[in-house]
Amino acid sequence: MTEQPVGILALQGDFALHAAALDRQGVAYLYVRRPEELTACRGLVIPGGESTTMTRLMDIVGLRQPILDFAAAGKPILGTCAGLIMLAARVDEDERRHGVKPLGLLDVLVRRNGYGRQVDSFVDEVVVAGRADPVPGVFIRAPRILEVGAGVEVVATWRGETVGVRSGKVTGLAFHPEAGEGESWLS
Amino acid sequence: MQTPWTDQKIQERMRLKVGLAEMLKGGVIMDVTNAEQAKIAEEAGAVAVMALERIPADIRRDGGIARMSQPAMIKQIQDTVSIPVMAKCRIGHFAEAQILEALGVDFIDESEVLTPADEKNHVDKWAFKVPFVCGCRDLGEALRRIGEGAAMIRTKGEAGSGNIVEAVRHMRQVQEGIRRLTVLREDELMHEAKELGAPYHIVLQVAKTGKLPVPNFAAGGVATPADASLMMQLGAETVFVGSGIFKSKDPKPRAEAIVQAVTFYQDPAKLLEISMHLGEPMSGLDIATMPEDQKMAGRGW
Repeated sequence: MTEQPVGILALQGDFALHAAALDRQGVAYLYVRRPEELTACRGLVIPGGESTTMTRLMDIVGLRQPILDFAAAGKPILGTCAGLIMLAARVDEDERRHGVKPLGLLDVLVRRNGYGRQVDSFVDEVVVAGRADPVPGVFIRAPRILEVGAGVEVVATWRGETVGVRSGKVTGLAFHPEAGEGESWLS
Repeated sequence: MQTPWTDQKIQERMRLKVGLAEMLKGGVIMDVTNAEQAKIAEEAGAVAVMALERIPADIRRDGGIARMSQPAMIKQIQDTVSIPVMAKCRIGHFAEAQILEALGVDFIDESEVLTPADEKNHVDKWAFKVPFVCGCRDLGEALRRIGEGAAMIRTKGEAGSGNIVEAVRHMRQVQEGIRRLTVLREDELMHEAKELGAPYHIVLQVAKTGKLPVPNFAAGGVATPADASLMMQLGAETVFVGSGIFKSKDPKPRAEAIVQAVTFYQDPAKLLEISMHLGEPMSGLDIATMPEDQKMAGRGW
């Protein structure tokens, strides 16, 4: 057991669902709440939750720069839902004014709650690049990807609309694979 | 005939309801009475706000009938913050719930803090698209609410008291009830379901998994970072703070501190650091000397 665990950012959100998903695949994980815990990891998952809460806590505990360094070192990062917002380059705040300062690791423009409020949340089939069969995508107050920069690859679509992107080893999904099936997204 | 448990559409909808509750885990949900407080709550890191006209401490003080808040006031809060907005309806008042759903609130709290509208029946929560949270004092009550379609359970505690003792009692009751189910023989579970007054099929499920099928949050009496940590260590997955923030001397730092306390609930050194220089918490009420008719936790069954 010399292989390093996959980190799961555990400041707030559905990190336990990601842990269960990794567990099902026999992958060791570590909850990350401090910079030194991130150092011990070979990859990082940023879970769903509230992006305002998570970015705030990330800055308070001093994890912003370590995560940027982690990405610069070429280690894989996966963000789902709020995690996608945190990875994005730009957040369209719509008419709402509370600012989320994202990490800027994915050159996309996202809109928080871009599909509406909770009553508009839905489950539907998502087409994933490289997979023959569609997978169930759970969209809960999900962010909407409005613009995709050059060099960013589209890895998942819903009704032809981009809902998953990848740039190098950084992947962001608007939906929750952890609430559906497992996650082989990190590899 | 389809039941809520065999109807695929209702179950898919339930997955989305519980899904939002999952996203709120490890966070703090704050009571707010206006847009300005909602903004403070969001900036302090709240995962959601509960919009209501009067916080429980004031409902307690003012007396009278407490009803669903004015939709215009809830709307104003929805327009101010980007985090989920919850609102309360009276126990059994499904028409208030229908109005809140039409307003597009993200979660409805069928709450004992308001004056109950029905002495027997709670709202049929399967009939709604919006998820519901309900309070409980023990496992039987929790499982009855889940049987009605609640997507999240919280302790009742004693709202507006600033006293954690009831929330602790309720959380321990629920956890003890769950542990008990896991050690009973399968042929003893029907009798246990009868004793609990709980749906048999959910009793079976909890006995097998050792946990509630929906997230279990704490509410009622949380006033300090230590209170939040206590409830998390007792098994809560998120904490509601009602009067504890905006009835304290200096709400903003207290709100920020309780948010961090929930993330670092297992880290005493960190809890010490965030508890420093917080100023006075809200003053509290002694439950033991509180007249029975002033206790809110006894509302609903």
